[in-house]
Amino acid sequence: ALGSDTGGSTRNPGSLCGVVALKPTYGLLSRHGLIPLVNSMDVPGIMTRSVHDAATVLRIMQGRDERDSTTIQAPSTPPSLPEHFDIRDIRVGIPKEYHALGLSQDTLDQWSRVATMFEQAGAQVQEVSLPHTQHSIVCYHVLCCCEVASNMARFDGLEYGHRSTVDSSTDAMYATTRHEGFNNVVRRRILSGNYFLLKSNYDRYFVKAQQMRRLITEDFTNVFRSGIDVLLTPTTLSDAVRYSDFIQEDNRTRSAQEDIFTQPVNMAGLPAVTIPTALSCRGLPIGLQLIGQTLQDWKLLTVAHWMEQQLSFPVIHFHGDSDERELDRSKVTFAFTAMTRLQTIAAPEVILLHRRMLFNTALALSARSTAMGPITHHSSAPDHSEPCNRTPERTKGK
Amino acid sequence: MAASSSGYSRMFCKLRKYVNKSQSLYHTFVIRTIWTSGSKTQLQPKAHTKSLPRMVGVVGLEIHAQIQSTSKLFSGSHVRFLAPPNSLVSHFDASLPGTLPVLNRRCVEAAVLTGLALSCTINRKSLFDRKHYFYADMPAGYQITQQRVPIAVDGILVYSHFEGRRRNQVITRSVRIKQIQLEQDSGKSLHDDERSQTLIDLNRAGVGLMELVMEPEMCCGEEAAAAVRELQLILQALGTCQANMAEGQLRVDANVSVHRPGEPLGVRTEVKNINSVRHLAKAIDYEIQRQMEVLQSGGTVLNETRAFDSKSGNTIPMRDKEGLQDYRFMPEPNLPPLFVYESEASVPAGVDPAQVVVIDRLSAQLPELPSVKRTRLVETHGILQEHSFTLVNEDGLMDYFESVVQMTKIEPRKVIGWVIKELMGNLNSQSLKVSQSPISPCALAELINLVESNHISSSTAKQVFQEMWKAPEKKVGQIVKEQDLWMINDKDELQKICQRVVDSHPEEVQIIRRGNKKVLNKLMGEVQRETKGRTDPVQVRAILEKMVS
Repeated sequence: ALGSDTGGSTRNPGSLCGVVALKPTYGLLSRHGLIPLVNSMDVPGIMTRSVHDAATVLRIMQGRDERDSTTIQAPSTPPSLPEHFDIRDIRVGIPKEYHALGLSQDTLDQWSRVATMFEQAGAQVQEVSLPHTQHSIVCYHVLCCCEVASNMARFDGLEYGHRSTVDSSTDAMYATTRHEGFNNVVRRRILSGNYFLLKSNYDRYFVKAQQMRRLITEDFTNVFRSGIDVLLTPTTLSDAVRYSDFIQEDNRTRSAQEDIFTQPVNMAGLPAVTIPTALSCRGLPIGLQLIGQTLQDWKLLTVAHWMEQQLSFPVIHFHGDSDERELDRSKVTFAFTAMTRLQTIAAPEVILLHRRMLFNTALALSARSTAMGPITHHSSAPDHSEPCNRTPERTKGK
Repeated sequence: MAASSSGYSRMFCKLRKYVNKSQSLYHTFVIRTIWTSGSKTQLQPKAHTKSLPRMVGVVGLEIHAQIQSTSKLFSGSHVRFLAPPNSLVSHFDASLPGTLPVLNRRCVEAAVLTGLALSCTINRKSLFDRKHYFYADMPAGYQITQQRVPIAVDGILVYSHFEGRRRNQVITRSVRIKQIQLEQDSGKSLHDDERSQTLIDLNRAGVGLMELVMEPEMCCGEEAAAAVRELQLILQALGTCQANMAEGQLRVDANVSVHRPGEPLGVRTEVKNINSVRHLAKAIDYEIQRQMEVLQSGGTVLNETRAFDSKSGNTIPMRDKEGLQDYRFMPEPNLPPLFVYESEASVPAGVDPAQVVVIDRLSAQLPELPSVKRTRLVETHGILQEHSFTLVNEDGLMDYFESVVQMTKIEPRKVIGWVIKELMGNLNSQSLKVSQSPISPCALAELINLVESNHISSSTAKQVFQEMWKAPEKKVGQIVKEQDLWMINDKDELQKICQRVVDSHPEEVQIIRRGNKKVLNKLMGEVQRETKGRTDPVQVRAILEKMVS
């Protein structure tokens, strides 16, 4: 499936749903046709069942598009991920600032488990520092609001979309159309953005945020320049939160928490991929993120592919090879439940990860020749040694 | 304080003289005097007002020139005047989300060419910004422009205007160009007050504009008009803009203020809705006058936008622009910085030189600019400077003139008379362009040659010219023959005619003999009348003088 990733909007649901989600380097994929949120950070995201599929899609889609002036020429890419790859050549960085407040025990455990896994296989794993990380989320919010205010200015009901019935004057029509058409999250961002862009505030907010953005990018550049190939971080703070818990905080706070590990990547324009790692205590997927150097998407996916193979997180399989693509509904129950939970917590700007869409795309990508057996229940993850009860919780309504 | 005390009393003396001449004149004179010198408080001039200098106007122009290109600045829609409404609108022009701007190279080249012609510094790297405001004819809610770093800066426009009673003294001035920037045009809105609705036509939305900002260095309407006329000629010569104000291809807004020289600049107003160069001069002069009156009556000038009303010749405040707008400028994230390169050599490796804008390549393409043309005309043909202006101002006239000069042996200065008086006179009275002239350069050259070779007289020639105008298919010789207009060169015949005239005017002959030479002209006139102008006045005068003395 294709999504849009501005601050993690593809990787976040990918991680919570147990699928692979890739955000390529900014400029590799054309944004023509993508409804913009933050033009300088938006990238079309790729969601697939496996890293191999993500690589395939990337290879087809990447490259310069004359209709998008921010696209660049794709680096020369081999036809598929390498068959033989020596993980011992890879240096993995663990950014210490990403050990954030609110990180769930499950996720933390998986993070160390995978780091250990890399080390034991012979890769060099070391702690690194991205000192400006703490400022990243605020900086992201300022820039996001500014661009949102700008990009939403076109929604006035004149050429397309909802138009209010108030027509006493053009200004009145604009004001009510926009008030009716936007929800309070968007309105809040527009007002904030316009505030930041006022002449008297521009230097203090917009310019300052851009300067901070440069520092955050340089943090990454410095780390990669010191010989690190990929960074290993969590994707989200925890597994999928229940809706009733989620709505306890306002959208702004939630966004700050949900995007904490993913948005610095958008600020720096780097490629990143989330790989389903294991199931949490509650039986919900947890993913970990790998961040690569700019335009090194292929190398990133190579490492991700290796990681995926080691983890053996259960991939969605289908009945039969060709004609009978019947879904065994009883066995699908578990997967459905996880995705239903996801739907209710999606951030407003996420191009909604509809469960049917996911399955349809999964069908389309079933070029994979490996076993198309019946949908198997995720019970056999070899290294998953959590002793707690893994049956899905019954929620009392939504 | 426009008039000093002594000046005022001088004015009173003149007034008394005029009273005797005519009552109405007195009234108009008085009204005029009071108007220009300010309020009635002027009637008690104080001694110290002598030292205060006069207030002068300060004018700065902001010009939007529509770039002559096939497609718009950031999208592939066609640029065409008078197409059916909303027929030249792409998804990007209608601001549909998901569409992105793609820069049009021809527009960049047009801006660079214009910058080079105006001696600007071309910025090797320039940036695009978004200027936000809500208006129905701007679908995106913002305009893409170049606020931070425009494509060209620090240029100069040299222009001339005529002074003197016969308007033949050429004064050359210059005004500095602050910057030239690329930006999008907006659509058009047509207000239908009857049905309380506004109709939007987006054909023009997204067309490329060059905004030229001039420093406030002009003093009045005449200078501004002359500057704009020169700019029009330059843009037309470059082919970057057709510069027709009536069609909206060139839009001029004037920033007008008044102050005393040496003091800081006064509050300025912006005057819009000016559709021709003549209106520009009127609007500016009116506004300067208005501001002076406001200040002299103790008021303050408001920083506002005013529209020029061509019917009354006044400027009236515009109600839409209320207060100062904060445009919330933001860099355009979808357009990387624009690079133009000095020469082919400075284009970096890996970049196709054919795909980028190279300044040297454009410099080589610069055509001959109007000022150069005029100098060349004066130097090559020895014509007067003021005539060179007329030749260059009128589309095609210079070529016409030079063709005629090539085909005749007479001094170009004499050809000028024909071209500027007879040809242009006829063209103007029928509102025709040079290209539509019924008389070709060849035909005119033939006519002129006939005069030179004394086959027809100069006065006859003018007659023949008008005949040729009416019947372009007839050759010159044909017309002369038909109307029997050949010049009488036969000495005997001339003698006979002159004798006849002398004999029939004995009184006049006496007066001449007594010393009043001027009456000879009357006799000459008689000869001309008898011969229907087919005589050479020089010869006739000589003969008559001999006869009379």
